[in-house]
Amino acid sequence: MIWSDLWDVLLLRDYNTRVVLLGVALLGAASGLVGSFTLLRKRSLMGDALAHASLPGLVIAFMIAVAAGGDGKSMPLLLAGATMGGLAGVACILFLQRFTKLKQDATLGIVLSVFFGLGVVLLGITQKMDAGHSAGLETYIFGKTASMRRADGIMIAITALISILVTGVLFKELKLLCFDADFAGSRGLRVWLLDTILMVLVVMVTMVGLQAVGLVLMVAMLVIPAAAARFWTESIFRLALVSASIGLVGSVLGATASAVMADLPSGAMIVLACALLFAVSMFFGTQRGVLPRLWRRRQLNAKIARQHLLRGIYELSEAEFQDANPGHWVSLIDLLQKRSWNSKQLRRQIETAELVELVRYKTDQVALTSAGYAEAARLTRQHRLWELYLVHYADVATARVDRDADDIEHVLEHDVVEKLERLLDHDPIRIAVPSSPHAMEST
Amino acid sequence: MTGPAKIETTNQDSVEQGDCPLSVMDLTVAYHRKPVIWDVEFDLPAGSLVGIVGPNGAGKSTLLKAVMELVPRASGRVEVFGKPYHLSRRNVGYVPQRESVDWDFPVDALDVVTMGLYGQVGWGRPVRQKHRDLAMQALEHVGIADLAKRQISQLSGGQQQRTFLARALVQDADLYLMDEPFAAVDAATEKAIVEILRELKQRKKTAVVIHHDLQTVPAYFDYVVLLNMRVVAHGPVQEVFTPENLQKTYGGRLTLLDEVTEAMRRRERSL
Amino acid sequence: MAMLAVLQGWDWQFDGWIMVVGVLCATSTALLGNFLVLRRMSMLGDAVSHAVLPGLVAAFLISHSRSSLAMFVGAVIVGVLTAMFTEWIRRFGRVEESAAMGVVFTSLFALGLVMIVQADHVDLDADCVLYGAIDLTPMFTVNIGAYEVPQAAVVLSVVTLINAAFVLVCYKELKISSFDPSLAHSQGVRPAWMHYALMVLVAVTTVACFESVGNILVVAMLVVPPSAAFLLTHRLGLMIVLSVVIGAAGAILGHVGAFAIPRAFGMPSTSTAGMMSVALGGLFVLALLFAPQQGLVSRSIRRFVLSQQILRDDIVAYLYRAGERHGEAIAKRSDLITELFSSAVPMSLALRRLVRQDCIRDCGQQIELTKQGEKLGKALVRSHRLWESYLVEQAELDRSKIHDKAEQWEHFTGQALRDRLVDQTSSTGLDPHGTVIPAEPKSDDDGPPDAS
Repeated sequence: MIWSDLWDVLLLRDYNTRVVLLGVALLGAASGLVGSFTLLRKRSLMGDALAHASLPGLVIAFMIAVAAGGDGKSMPLLLAGATMGGLAGVACILFLQRFTKLKQDATLGIVLSVFFGLGVVLLGITQKMDAGHSAGLETYIFGKTASMRRADGIMIAITALISILVTGVLFKELKLLCFDADFAGSRGLRVWLLDTILMVLVVMVTMVGLQAVGLVLMVAMLVIPAAAARFWTESIFRLALVSASIGLVGSVLGATASAVMADLPSGAMIVLACALLFAVSMFFGTQRGVLPRLWRRRQLNAKIARQHLLRGIYELSEAEFQDANPGHWVSLIDLLQKRSWNSKQLRRQIETAELVELVRYKTDQVALTSAGYAEAARLTRQHRLWELYLVHYADVATARVDRDADDIEHVLEHDVVEKLERLLDHDPIRIAVPSSPHAMEST
Repeated sequence: MTGPAKIETTNQDSVEQGDCPLSVMDLTVAYHRKPVIWDVEFDLPAGSLVGIVGPNGAGKSTLLKAVMELVPRASGRVEVFGKPYHLSRRNVGYVPQRESVDWDFPVDALDVVTMGLYGQVGWGRPVRQKHRDLAMQALEHVGIADLAKRQISQLSGGQQQRTFLARALVQDADLYLMDEPFAAVDAATEKAIVEILRELKQRKKTAVVIHHDLQTVPAYFDYVVLLNMRVVAHGPVQEVFTPENLQKTYGGRLTLLDEVTEAMRRRERSL
Repeated sequence: MAMLAVLQGWDWQFDGWIMVVGVLCATSTALLGNFLVLRRMSMLGDAVSHAVLPGLVAAFLISHSRSSLAMFVGAVIVGVLTAMFTEWIRRFGRVEESAAMGVVFTSLFALGLVMIVQADHVDLDADCVLYGAIDLTPMFTVNIGAYEVPQAAVVLSVVTLINAAFVLVCYKELKISSFDPSLAHSQGVRPAWMHYALMVLVAVTTVACFESVGNILVVAMLVVPPSAAFLLTHRLGLMIVLSVVIGAAGAILGHVGAFAIPRAFGMPSTSTAGMMSVALGGLFVLALLFAPQQGLVSRSIRRFVLSQQILRDDIVAYLYRAGERHGEAIAKRSDLITELFSSAVPMSLALRRLVRQDCIRDCGQQIELTKQGEKLGKALVRSHRLWESYLVEQAELDRSKIHDKAEQWEHFTGQALRDRLVDQTSSTGLDPHGTVIPAEPKSDDDGPPDAS
């Protein structure tokens, strides 16, 4: 039963399903796209505020229509009213931020609640004025996707198209705006104009989305895909793409689930699908996801500890035997003093290094294997070259030092590396590893 | 010579473990993939004024953050009075960087200073007149007692800095960490800050100050840590603050270095 | 008379209770709202009041009843979870706070919507959640002693007391951990504990209030009165008191307004909760405009008064200089306007005031300096030239740069300061441009004090 339903949905057999799926998919993509910019601009909840702020506009439009003799349910008129309300809300928020010391969150809260309160007051009046007439108005706030009609679908499609176009054309400018508004201003970009364009896009998407999925869920569409996408990438361009994709996929998943299981409200299912994608992204997102980040940190710490161990043994045998050939046994007690590790930590390091055959180990002594020697020599050379680089290029160094790069040659130009190596020519030690700069100075 | 981790330590202070106000061992901190400071190692003598000096991006703020356990360490250990930071937190006073303060917060200068006494006041007890008097004395001390009732955003940059120093004074910590207290203050305030630092020293406190102006280092501090991703040198100013070490820290900014050496020569002559 | 007609049908017993409930809501929320606003978490109320939906439904599904207690507990638990999830996502996922909040509350709300469908006949009225049912609160009563008291009033009184006790006892701890968490740490106050204590109370308060006033009014009461108070004062203690007063006033005005305003236009009364947030909005706008320090109107008035003072000084100094040059201190009105970069209206205001102060004579198009005015002009020009000397001699400023500074400072320089300037400059009697510095005007008679 469910499976045949699923096929019906997936193959888009039913006309209504086609409209709904296409509509929510486009809406998800558009709001994901716009949301990625509002997220970076730290205005995620702007959509929340202006969606609430649209209510008085909507009711006033309705009242005007009724006063003019219509039945007040003309969609374009209501939409226009709601949009005006939303824009007025945005204007108030921007005004308060510009002229008072109130922080953004407070201005959002104020506009959201006061505008919505006004809407409720007006709604109360219309409802008692002539009952029945305005009955459908507040369902606007909740929305009902399943009843999405062709006209709605077209409206959503147009909006999505516009937002893709605008963000595409203004991508460079928006990127700068989100990255550093002050800098954008100093580059002669009209920050307020860009901000306004961005906010108009948010208002447009929100207004179209409001009747499709409802208020709270519309807020979700603006926030969740963008926040989820943030875990996967550090580039703004890819963020916009990933965010739009997550919005699209989440919407289609949610709408499909709700179409298959007739009882589930589609708007809510879409949000839950997006929330699921968010949870997955938060834990597994390649760039900022929690687990990859933890994993990378562990890897890094392990790598640094390994480097400390190999370099420690190398330097000890270098000091003791005037060279660092493999096979020199150095005592654990000496090694222990070189670093802040305690004996337990040191032992654990040695054991893991022994597993990959970098060191050999007997009761209280440790030695490099030939593979370990090669690696230790490389690390020590690398380390000393970096130290030297810092000394000789200290004024430009900090921006370029990437001590953990696999190979110093990958980061620095060839002639710089050569020069550094020349600087160590008088190295008394035979091996191809330069001595530490500190050691050098004392000679 | 042993390893690269060893740095030329001119001062082999033999402070007791528990005495050492700040001891950093083998510290490596990495952001993302890149280590930003590594092999940092120093013990600070108690009762000294310590300047942390180094070029932009050398990791000075990172070092303080790592001390205060605000960024994770990749390796190494930090001990404050012989204990990890979170156990001796009450002995540490922190003067924040100006940007990190919410200047619109509805508190006046006196409030801010009084906050340094909350630990003494105790949980759930109201601030008493004697605490307010103490705070007022501290404000007098830094010369802005008449501005005590002014909201902090209405103070000038120098006055704001003095307020936070007055708070450090009343706080009665034993180790002070200061993130660029001299940034963007007027000459009078700079002088006031120096006096406060000296007073802290007299009271056997240790102050660790991130500092930018090389010219004033010999005059203000008696101990210095030269940092450029790793410690170039640390020790008493007279021994460590040498043109060679500065060259190694800052590289070939010769004009600047000439200036400093000149300034130091002048100072030596005046002694 | 009209007033009375509008208030027809007002019942003190009934409407009085509505106002009491409103005031209690406003008080309990405003107390905590101050700290939310200061910690930049104003939207938390919005988030919590939406997010509690699954808690309400779960409570119903588990207890199979609409018992208030079960619902209350369910909602509070989810409310606290909202705050905790937000904090976790912010901290571990490094997502900006408001975005984290947005993710959490919308997802929980959606979950609630799905659960409602499962719990077939949960009689959860969406209207009630959104707009509240404050107009109905007096109908659900409990007996306390001999009195019949609305249940909402009892619950809210308890919540208000708890919040007041919390803010009173932990005032200092809240203050320090909101202002400077790292200092709080070193003073032995755990900012994290304060954070969670605040979150729990916000959740409890939000849930307790929205049953009667709806979730949007909860947001209004949490955010608007503290924001208005924030604009009115620089002191935290006063800010809290003011926010409570504003909240209570908004609640009372709101109910009266909902009752009376539509009737004044011949319509039936409207939603009390909505009108309360509108009233709060109105009070906020008043604070925004007329706050003594930061109000937009007060600020522009102050700016205007100052610019008038400076313009008057400039007129007098201009006339005095004209007198130095040509022997008679006379200028055309039109010249004054162009030379002093002013325009007609401010100029005539300034001139009228100067005439009244007997500093100038206004002879139609010609303006002439009086004895009195000459004294004032002398003082100003003297200040100006002393400053120029000082800047060149003491601050070693370039001569081209001194005029603007002197021009600015002359307005704020009194005789005492002038005397000290004399002490610190060489006494050639000439300014850096070689012009004579006029002598200190004699202050024997009761002329106006020197420059304002």
